[in-house]
Amino acid sequence: MFDKPILQIKNLSKQYGKGCLHCQNDGAQLERNFCPVCKTVYACKDISFDLHRGEILGIVGESGSGKSTLMKSLYFDEEVTSGEGYLIDYHEGKENIFSQSGQQLRWIRNTLLGMVYQNPMLGLKMDFSSISNIAEKQIAAGNRNVDNMVSRSYELLDKVNIPVDRSKEPPKNFSGGMQQRVQIAKALSSNPPILLLDEVTTGLDLSVQAAVLDLIKTIQREMQISMIVVSHDLAVIRMLADRTVVMLNGQIIEEGLTDQILEDPNHPYTQQLVYSLL
Amino acid sequence: MNKFPFAFLDEQSKKEIRRAILKGVAIPGYQVPFASREMPIGRGWGTGGLQITLALVGKEDVLKVIDQGSDESVNAVNIKKLVQNTTGVQTTIHTSEATLIQSRHRIPEVPLRSDQILVLQVPEPEPLRRVERSEFKTKQLHAEKEYSGAWLWLFEQIMRYNQTTQGADYPVLVHERYVMNPSPIPRFDNPKINDSDALILFGAGREKKIYAVPPYTKVESLAFDDYPFEIEKFEGKACKVTGLTNVFLDEMTDEVTGETYYVCNDTSFMQEYLEKRGTVNVR
Ligand SMILES: Nc1ncnc2c1ncn2[C@@H]1O[C@H](COP(=O)(O)OP(=O)(O)OP(=O)(O)O)[C@@H](O)[C@H]1O
Ligand SMILES: [Mg+2]
Ligand SMILES: [Zn+2]
Repeated sequence: MFDKPILQIKNLSKQYGKGCLHCQNDGAQLERNFCPVCKTVYACKDISFDLHRGEILGIVGESGSGKSTLMKSLYFDEEVTSGEGYLIDYHEGKENIFSQSGQQLRWIRNTLLGMVYQNPMLGLKMDFSSISNIAEKQIAAGNRNVDNMVSRSYELLDKVNIPVDRSKEPPKNFSGGMQQRVQIAKALSSNPPILLLDEVTTGLDLSVQAAVLDLIKTIQREMQISMIVVSHDLAVIRMLADRTVVMLNGQIIEEGLTDQILEDPNHPYTQQLVYSLL
Repeated sequence: MNKFPFAFLDEQSKKEIRRAILKGVAIPGYQVPFASREMPIGRGWGTGGLQITLALVGKEDVLKVIDQGSDESVNAVNIKKLVQNTTGVQTTIHTSEATLIQSRHRIPEVPLRSDQILVLQVPEPEPLRRVERSEFKTKQLHAEKEYSGAWLWLFEQIMRYNQTTQGADYPVLVHERYVMNPSPIPRFDNPKINDSDALILFGAGREKKIYAVPPYTKVESLAFDDYPFEIEKFEGKACKVTGLTNVFLDEMTDEVTGETYYVCNDTSFMQEYLEKRGTVNVR
């Protein structure tokens, strides 16, 4: 834990809209994250955090607090408005990832990051076979050997507990829980050091939720992969995260060891969250 | 007839199309947008190829038009008539006599020469369209040379059928830069695009794109390391009329006996072969 962080994010901001004289003023009155004058949404404001090797960082916050926007920014689906990011595995953490070319971003995404989207439709090609979905990341990373990709995909299907004989079925035939498993297998397929998980268990039955959470813990233990786990559900965060940041209206309002935050929340909003869990 | 300018299109339109062609030649395999005109033939019937032909044709040219390997299909004849009526150029069915060849679905069996131009009609120019609907995004993918989508499509075929099943329009990498749809020619014709003596031009009327493979350009069909690209094999099959084996064959059914047999797809090639041998014309 005393190593240099594997990922460092500094002052990341993402806004939807151009802003106006009203909202660009420091201390301007916003309605939550939203400018009442020009309708600009300040989805993420000045987000800074570190992710350490092998740790699971939790991000918790209510709906609309900017969690998915943050994850999409980290995966380069959304272009950040401002901010810096450093990956220890990219030029030894000396180059700001957010100022790289599209080609570089693709390379980083294909080799250093895995993403599981809140909405499986964003992460999977529903009409392609599941095995192709898993192999897609390997293809994108430059693999041109079919047999090699197939055996790697079988390995991953096995890891996420999907029977290999269903590998040729498209994800649209699968239940929500299985779709998330396919997404996890795909995210892992290029063996990235960092996995981003956005509300992986939301919308699943409780028993299915528990199984997916177990799977994530097992993967983390076996593969020593670093993870950022986003959830609006503190119970999920409690189960998975070593450290946690709490987001509200696009900002981080509290951060610390998960146990500490659960035992002794500082911010009134966090207190409210924690008490509602008890 | 005189109410049309030479080669139907006005000079401004021809210039514009020629500029698109030149740009295409300068950037092999790159899809150049152009302002596709209304043509007096139905869309989807080769309006893209026709506009290229009309922009290039000169009084000295000899034109050949092929549709699915035949010079005499309605579509080929209509295109030929239109060009002939507005230019007065000669037409031919013999590949070796032609200077300008417009084709749909085939590259002729007779090897092309450096003084010939082949124009291919293209319904869908975008090799990434199956995996990405947005034109904005596919343009970006080409710019970044990001062709995972084309590879994924081949991978999916292998997963479903244990081989790449795509028979026509099999994607190629041009000059180690752009992935390109070679128009709906069979795989059998893909190798002919590589290091071709003739200039090959592609026109997509509906999609408003022109692209080119200049002579002697390296063109490779995409293939995974362990699933090499293969052309259609007609093993143990031969043309019933000529006995030829190293040509692209059409599968036919004898109406009387119900028996399956094969004939050359390129009918003018077959005819030339028979004439050379002194056999009577089969038609
Ligand atoms: N493309 C967009 N255009 C405009 N506003 C957007 C866009 N995407 C998200 N937003 C806004 O940004 C804010 C943050 O949304 P985001 O999806 O990141 O929240 P979240 O924390 O993931 O919520 P949830 O728990 O519901 O998934 C919201 O106010 C949302 O309306
Ligand atoms: Mg979200
Ligand atoms: Zn404003």
